[in-house]
Amino acid sequence: MSEIVKIENLRKYFPVQKSFLEQFFARKTSYVKAVDDVSFSVRKGEIFTLAGESGCGKTTSGRLIVRLLKPTSGKIFFNGVDITGLEGEELRLLRRKMQIIFQDPYASLNPRMRIGDAIGHPLAIHGLAEGEEKNKEVLEVLGEVGLAPPEQLINLYPHQLSGGQRQRAAMARSIILKPEFIVADEPVSMIDVSLRTAIIDLMLDLKKDLGLTYLFITHDLAVAKYISDRIGIMYLGKIIEMGSKEQLFSKPLHPYTQALLSAIPIPDPDKKRKAVDLTGEVSSAINIPAGCRFHPRCPKQMEVCTEKEPELKEIEKHHFVACHLY
Amino acid sequence: MRKTKTKLRSILSSLIPGLSSLARRGPSGWMVLVGIAIVSSIVIMTAIAPWISPHSPIASRVGPIRASPSLQFPLGTNHLGQDMFSRILWGGSLMLQVSALSVLICFLVGVPIGLLASYTGGMVDSTTSLVIDAVYAFPGLVIAIAIAAMLGPGVVNMALSIAVVYIPSYFRIVRSQVLSIKELTYVEAARAAGAKWHTILFRYILPNVIPSIVVVVTINFADAVLTAAGLTFIGLGVAKNIPDWGWDLTDGRQYLGSGAWWIITFPGIMIVLLALGFTLIGEGLSELLNPKLQR
Amino acid sequence: MPLLEIESLEVDYRASRGTVHAVEDASFSLDKGETLGLAGESGSGKSTLGLSIIRLVPYPGVITNGHVRIDGTDIVKLPENRMQSIRGRKVAYVFQDPMTSLNPVKRIGAHFVELIRTHEPDTSAADALGRAKNILENLGILPERINDYPHQLSGGMRQRIMIGLAIALNPDLVIADEPTTALDVIVQQKILDLVEGLRKAYGMALILISHDLSIILERCDKIIVLYAGQIFEYANSKELHKAPSHPYTQGLLHSIPNIELSDQKLSAIPGSPPNMLDPPKGCRFWPRCSYAMEICRITEPELIDLKKSHYVRCFLYNQEGRHSH
Repeated sequence: MSEIVKIENLRKYFPVQKSFLEQFFARKTSYVKAVDDVSFSVRKGEIFTLAGESGCGKTTSGRLIVRLLKPTSGKIFFNGVDITGLEGEELRLLRRKMQIIFQDPYASLNPRMRIGDAIGHPLAIHGLAEGEEKNKEVLEVLGEVGLAPPEQLINLYPHQLSGGQRQRAAMARSIILKPEFIVADEPVSMIDVSLRTAIIDLMLDLKKDLGLTYLFITHDLAVAKYISDRIGIMYLGKIIEMGSKEQLFSKPLHPYTQALLSAIPIPDPDKKRKAVDLTGEVSSAINIPAGCRFHPRCPKQMEVCTEKEPELKEIEKHHFVACHLY
Repeated sequence: MRKTKTKLRSILSSLIPGLSSLARRGPSGWMVLVGIAIVSSIVIMTAIAPWISPHSPIASRVGPIRASPSLQFPLGTNHLGQDMFSRILWGGSLMLQVSALSVLICFLVGVPIGLLASYTGGMVDSTTSLVIDAVYAFPGLVIAIAIAAMLGPGVVNMALSIAVVYIPSYFRIVRSQVLSIKELTYVEAARAAGAKWHTILFRYILPNVIPSIVVVVTINFADAVLTAAGLTFIGLGVAKNIPDWGWDLTDGRQYLGSGAWWIITFPGIMIVLLALGFTLIGEGLSELLNPKLQR
Repeated sequence: MPLLEIESLEVDYRASRGTVHAVEDASFSLDKGETLGLAGESGSGKSTLGLSIIRLVPYPGVITNGHVRIDGTDIVKLPENRMQSIRGRKVAYVFQDPMTSLNPVKRIGAHFVELIRTHEPDTSAADALGRAKNILENLGILPERINDYPHQLSGGMRQRIMIGLAIALNPDLVIADEPTTALDVIVQQKILDLVEGLRKAYGMALILISHDLSIILERCDKIIVLYAGQIFEYANSKELHKAPSHPYTQGLLHSIPNIELSDQKLSAIPGSPPNMLDPPKGCRFWPRCSYAMEICRITEPELIDLKKSHYVRCFLYNQEGRHSH
């Protein structure tokens, strides 16, 4: 299986905004290290999930891959081609092959554009179709995402649709260019519970019908378990464990992964869950702890953890973890 | 001819439901309707003045000098024996032209600068804001007077001097809107789809900025009316022989003492009424477009 | 006598575009020390129901019918000043969004002092501050942070402060509206554990409002499933989990991923929640229900008692608890 997307040592540092006076008096600019040396690859046809809590860098990673943000350093490869520095027309051509679905279905559609125009707009932007032909493609793609009746819906504005319909419309917009790769950034977190499965199933159907590869970003590990092939757990900008779904859920190696999994509520009143108790709060991404960035909260902290940052090592086939315990 | 008729009909047919939907929107809707009623009456009145005016507004000695309101001269006459009623009918024209022109200039200058500067960001944005803020810091009337004095009388010059005062307001509103909309997800989505900057600016950002501009436009109109009156009041307006409420306002001041109250009062009322009309539209729209917490 | 008794409660929102029946025919009770989960999606009316218990339904909402009895007293028509002595003291509310629920220009300590001295005016400021520090310790926050401003604390800490404020006066009932929605799963678990611990220590009753059925199933004794303003099912949690009766409940349970199961087959509920300005005639759920019958489109079903304390609002069942078809 070929790699469709490959990230090497990706970093994204955001400079902390300084007040007017601080600009003159402060010696050093401090940075929010949102993504701090992340490497992984996504195989064609799979669903790779980046999971973690808020602030771990998963959303930023997603945006870096589709080049909505420029990396501070590192490389991004798409189908073997280095796309890190692409600009202008080349970048626009790339956009036809990789797309992104956003978290908030209310915010990702232009409130002043009709649904039909919004969905068809990518075609117009790339000069691929217009007029009758564009209309036809829009109607077709609306059918694929299960929005019916398409002829009526294309004339509606976003506020006239429900949350679930809006997300479907956003998905229609992202597939109309027939991309190969889609980053789905928390696509169901803001959708009602009863509608989530439908959207997830739609994503799986589209994957099958259109031969898509997904990078799925979520904080909900239960959803991750349902949909993923492989999962990477992120903490404070780094991947601390990565493996197949089965490996991660049956044999979580990193203490953070173990804590995360134990904290997930189980929809069963009879089950009593033993949760790992983590002390403290997630550290700030501006002052990342020395050594292993998780050590202040780690129940298995050792001496070496305060000094040296652990590398991502392969413990069993395709199961990686960054922890001094191994 | 037929094409114009059908066009008119379609405008009218969308106008009626538009207006009636305004009526259903509560007190703010009523404000807008009243404002529209006032402004359109004045516009219509001014437009048909040539046909309904009993006398020429600049013909002197059509009646006795400084005659108080009577059946023959419902609003009296001024010291040149001109019929005040006719002058009132004609007098709005200048003001409407000046305010319309100044709004147009403001819009065509202020909005694009605001859009481009704030979207580009960085040094361009900082520098432009600095310049605009400097202009904004001056009291409006003072700038208007200064520029009007420099340029001399005339509709265009008056419009220009008022426009300069108002461009900063447009700039600021546009800028604050663009800065917040720029970060919104649907703009990101457009970028992710490969849209070029001008597409994003004009198809994604501008349509969402328009509602806030509309309010500024109406307030701009109101203020332009008053500023035009002010400029005329201190003599920087237009040449003598054009019928103008502002002119009558200035003129009528000196006769107040001798009891000829009608010369200054009626123009004054009309100016206030016109400004009020625009203000009502602006206030009402601002409430409608920024709805309060409502289920 | 139950601590809380809701009887045939109806809450409407009267807007210019029409009237929304946000809560219709709600009846349930809660005893001292019990936990009740209000489960529902957007538009289900769960927040409105919670707010109506302390009569804080925002304008243009109004309680149009029914009774809300706290310790026997019907608070629906109670004068405002008496209501204010109930709020915070007898019944406390934890709001959804900790980011905006705290006053950004007041220190944490000041929040507590104001609360305590409003209800117990004889307390000195020093005493109130002392109690506040105690509470912070119970919340797992360093007492020094009493002098911090809200923006200096993380989201999890702010939510803990909100909970601290809620329990400061030892209320009989705490209503928590989506207390953990904005929080990560580890913090969520800590907060819920904290609430549970405090609850047990002080013998408080808890109403947990959430769209997350997982946490409700895990932590509540009784569960009410709300849909479009109506109670669709009401039972204790073990019963609900074992024998979900309403098709909506069943659909919900089948659409939640359970991390302990492998190869789960999740099913979706078709359609979407109704527009509350114009809900479907008859049973509000019929357009999405795979069991919808003729009668469902015409008449609204009543809430009936299936068996001891398991209530369901569905034409599939009749009074004796057997399927009617």
